[in-house]
This record gives sequence, C-alpha cells and structure tokens, in this order.
Amino acid sequence: MSSSKTMGARPRRRLPSSAEVLRTQRRERISLALRYIILSGVGLLMLYPLFWLLGASFKSNQEIFTTIWFLPKDLTQLLDFSAYYNGWMTRTEFTFATYFLNSFLIVVPRVIVTLISCTLVAYSFARFEYPGKKFLFSIMIGTMLLPPIVLRVPQYLMFKELGMIDTYWPLILPSAFAIDTFFTFLVVQFLRGIPRDMEEAAIIDGCNALQLLWHIVVPLLKPALISVALFQFIWTMNDFIGPLIYISTVEKYPVSLALKMSMDVSGEVDWANIIAISIVALLPSLTVFFLAQRYFIEGATSSGIKG
Amino acid sequence: MASVNLEKIVKTYPNGFEAVHGVDLEVRDGEFMVFVGPSGCSKSTILRMIAGLESISGGELKIGNTVVNNLRAKERGIAMVFQNYALYPHMKVYDNMAFGLKLAGLPKQEIHERVTQAAQMLEMEHLLDRLPRQLSGGQAQRVAVGRCIVKRPEVFLFDEPLSNLDAKLRASMRVRLTELHRELRERGEPSTAIYVTHDQVEAMTMGERICVLKDGTIQQVDSPTTLYDRPVNAFVAGFIGSPEMNIRNATVVAHDGGLGVELGDTLLPLPASFADVLSNRVGQKVQFGIRPEHIGTPQSVLGAAQHGNLATVKGTFRLREHMGNEVYTYFELGGHEFAARIPTDFAGEIDRAERGQPIELSFIMGKAHIFDLDTGLNLTVAANPLS
Repeated sequence: MSSSKTMGARPRRRLPSSAEVLRTQRRERISLALRYIILSGVGLLMLYPLFWLLGASFKSNQEIFTTIWFLPKDLTQLLDFSAYYNGWMTRTEFTFATYFLNSFLIVVPRVIVTLISCTLVAYSFARFEYPGKKFLFSIMIGTMLLPPIVLRVPQYLMFKELGMIDTYWPLILPSAFAIDTFFTFLVVQFLRGIPRDMEEAAIIDGCNALQLLWHIVVPLLKPALISVALFQFIWTMNDFIGPLIYISTVEKYPVSLALKMSMDVSGEVDWANIIAISIVALLPSLTVFFLAQRYFIEGATSSGIKG
Repeated sequence: MASVNLEKIVKTYPNGFEAVHGVDLEVRDGEFMVFVGPSGCSKSTILRMIAGLESISGGELKIGNTVVNNLRAKERGIAMVFQNYALYPHMKVYDNMAFGLKLAGLPKQEIHERVTQAAQMLEMEHLLDRLPRQLSGGQAQRVAVGRCIVKRPEVFLFDEPLSNLDAKLRASMRVRLTELHRELRERGEPSTAIYVTHDQVEAMTMGERICVLKDGTIQQVDSPTTLYDRPVNAFVAGFIGSPEMNIRNATVVAHDGGLGVELGDTLLPLPASFADVLSNRVGQKVQFGIRPEHIGTPQSVLGAAQHGNLATVKGTFRLREHMGNEVYTYFELGGHEFAARIPTDFAGEIDRAERGQPIELSFIMGKAHIFDLDTGLNLTVAANPLS
C-alpha cells in the first residue's frame, strides 16, 4: 500500500478469498448460467421446426402426422435414406439433377448480370454529376416502393411480345438493367461512404474512368458486392412466382417449381420424399451463405479506413 | 525540372460561388512552397486545381513551360500525397507504389528498381509485403510519400499530409519530409513541392517560401522569417505565430516630440523610425500589434535594449500558463487583454502573482507593428527590422 502512494497508481492488493468475494463470484456464475439457459431454450425453440424437418425425412407418412418429437420412434430408420433417393428420382422422367441444373442456369447468370448492372448504375449515381441525377435517383427509389406484383402483368405481356415465354430470359434479363433497385441502392450507399481520396489518387496515377472502376472501385465494393451476390442467389433460388409465370415445360422447371410439382402429382403423397428433397434444396443457399460469410465479415472489418 | 506558374487563376463553382479570385503565384523550380491559411481559404482547392482534380475556371496554369489547364492529371507530371494517405486498401504496399508505373506501362524490371530504391530511401523495405491496414499511421504516410517518389514527378503536391498523425510523429515526419526534399534536390532530381497545411508550425518549419491565403486570395508570399518579422497586414500577422500577435485598437498621439499609441489610459511611445509613415495619422485610430515574445518583464527584455524604445508599464495580471521554459502570461492593459511569452527564469513576481494584481511589463516597441484600422495593411512594414 505504501508503494501506491509514491507511484500514484491505484492500490493493487491481492484479492483475499473472503466470504464477500465468494458470494459475488457465486452470484455472477448463477446469473451467467441463467442467461445461457434462457437463451439456449429460446434458440432451440426457434430451430425446432428445422430439426423436425430433418427428422421427418426419415419417418413414414403416418408418423409425420402423429408425432411432434423430431426423432423417429425407431432410430434405425435414420439409416434409411430411401426418401432422399426417391425424392431425387421423382415420379417424372426427370431427376432433381435436371431441376438443380435449371435453377443454376437461372441463378448464376442472374447474379452475374446483377453485379455488373448494379455496380455500373451505383457508380454513376455515387460518383458522377449530371443533369437530372437527383430526379432519376428518386425515381429509382420510388420503384423500390412498388409491390413487385404490379409489374407482373405488363412484364408478362412484354416478354410475350418478345417471344421469350417459356425461356429463362424473363427471369434474367430484367436484372441486367439494374431493376433490383434494392441492390443498387445498397451499393450506392456503400460507395457514398467510401472517401474519394483513393479514386483521386488513382486518377493521378493515370486511371481512366473504367480502369478506376475495375482496379479501385470494385475491390473497395467487395463486401457490398458479396452481400448483393449472396442475397440475389438465395432469393432467386427460392423464387417461385417468377418461374411459375414464365416456365411451362416441365423439363425447364427449376427446383422451386419441381418441389411444388411433386406435391400434387397424385392423391397419395409420400411426404418424407418431399421433405427430404426440400432439405436438399436448401443446401446450395446454405453453402453459399457459409462460404460468403467469411468474406462478409472480413469485408466489414477491412473497409474501415483510418481517418 | 519544373516551376509552377499560376496566372490569374479563378475557381467558380457551378452554384456561382467564387472560391479563388485571380491568384498569381510563381513556385520556383526545386522550391518547397507552403500554402497556409485557415479552413475555407481555398488552399486545397488551388492545390487540387494544380493536380487536375478540379477544373480551372479561369486563368492559366503552367507547369514548366506547358500550359496544363486542359491536360489530365496523369499528363501533368505531378504526384500527390493525400491527407488520409489514400492507399489502395486491397493492394500490398509494393503494388500500391507500383500501380501508377504499371498503368504507365513501364517494364517490370524498372518498376522493381524504382520501388526498391524509394523503399530504401524511406527505410520501409520491410513493409513492402504488407497490406495498408497492417500499417501504423506513420508507416502509411511514408508509403504515400513513396508512391509519389517512384513516379519521379516534376512537382510533388502535399494536401495536409501530417494532420492525421499524433503530435510527436508529426514533428519527426516534418523533419523527414524536409530532409527528403533536400536530398532529392541535391541529387538533381525534380523536387518542386507544394505543401498545403493549416498548421503554421509546419508552414514555418518546412517552407522555403510560404503563401498565406485567406478567402481565395493571396495575402503574402515570402520566406518564413520575413513573413514573421514583416507581415504585410494584420491577418498575416495574426495567423503566423503562437500564441498569436496581440492586435488591439489604439490611437496615434504626439508624444514627447515623437509619436506614441494610446490604449485606453496607457500610452506607449513609438520608435522614431515609425515617425515618417505615421506623422499624418496623429489622432487617428489604428491597430497596434505586438508579438507575445516582445513583451516581457523588465529583466527579460534587457537583452533587447539594443532595439531601443523599451516601454515599461503596469498591467493587471489575469492568468498564467506554464509551458516549462516559458510562462504565457495574460494581462490587461488599457482595457485590452494581452498575452506575453516570458522565459521562466525571468518570470519573477509573475510566478507568484494573484489575479487582479498589478504587474510590471516591458514592451519592445521597436518590434511593434501599426496596422490600418480598416484595411489591416501594415503601415510600418518597411520600418520593422528583420531578425
């Protein structure tokens, strides 16, 4: 204690294991345990439907509709993957391999054109001055407020005129014109948050507008573009209405339509098959999400520019 | 090798606001020129116009013998260090430095040579493999400077490059940059530099000449010492120096066969050298200026007696700030507040003075300035001795 006086620092004495300290430590432990119990309980409750879904893919129809417990009564059923096999093969002439391929034929080009169009449009809104910019931007934001269903009818008629019904074009083409306003808006806001210094430095280094975009702006936008790609992937993968309206040939069905189709082929449905295949249908989105998550977090931390 | 010539340079923004009003300036070849001024004085705008990041609304800008008004930034032979360093965050230090050279299409071997040479010069070879986010502020600043050096530009532009560093680092970087400039010049490499800052210490220590700006017009362009000893107007006088010059309203009066200034109830005699310029202003209001270090205790100013015209008066003590070697003393005189910088060894009674206590202070009147009340012009500029 005497040294603390000369050092001018806070007294650093060893904590005695007195009753008071023990009491405090016990109280802290109990409150921590309580918090964890409550949080885990709520977490489990929210995830339970997912567990149930997983378990149900190994159950018989009768068991699915009579039990709430997620594991099948007979645990050996967990080794029986026939529902996955049957679901995958479907009762049509095509397997889900076709449907997954179809889905990717829509999703991958759509993600790519979305990234390109969003970046270009956002770059112009965030970095260039031209007459009518504010007006155009507010129109763009305005379209964000429109319910998408309003556009369905005129869009359908338009694509019908263009002879694109029953092709993937109506599902991909709009994204090539940055019609996904939300994504454009997201990238614009992100870009506005990035100081212009780096771009100015690159101008002095000799970049023209396109080199600037490619060498500087796109790398800076990486975290935002990864989120755009991620959301567009998941949303397009899950999109049901779009394909339902435009695709009529079973051979061209994406996963979402094929799933629905397997439900109403006949009166008696083997639910385990459908549940099994819907779990498989979740996998691409989940995989992409977990792969991207790393960059997502990395991007969020690295974009902090020391000021 | 290039000088930079600004002739009647004007900047008008699309909304009609005129930020720069016909600036004329010559930055000589190899010179280190500092633009200094308060925020909003358009010093950065002028720099950005030289860089090619802002369009030039009027006038002519020459780098070397070429008019560069309509040339793009990369064709002007300039390189710029930004306040936020502006390193490309996704490129390693090496690539940051090499980027401009790659765009210019230089052969790989030469790029490598230039980058390693610059890295050696800045003692940062060990940083070449890092990403900008792994650098400290000072290191990032060095990389930003290195990125300029490799380009071997005709003109270096610095936009408040040290303002994001902490005080200690700023002081050492200041010395480093000055040394670097001298080194480049001695090697015979192009080294004309224009440095923008709002920090007058940076301006005074780094600049070979300083250009003081206010509201888009040049106030004075001169060497640091001339600027300090012979400011052309009250703005320059007040801007350069810390604590700033005491500039207070006063009246010129006839006194004892010569002239003096009257501040409230106090009369300070003016040196005979001021008589010529001020004789027709007797009875008129002017601004009286004197730097804090030219006010002291009677003991502390003894050495300055050679300048003559010591005026010893009684002021009312208000506050002191101990800076270690000096005591900043704030006191009242003739209804005005004054600041004085007094060496601690000579502080004497001031060290113990209470608020409101009368203290004895000496003004070195030979170092005083008289400014016109309305225009702020320094009437005594020619009469002030250079130190």
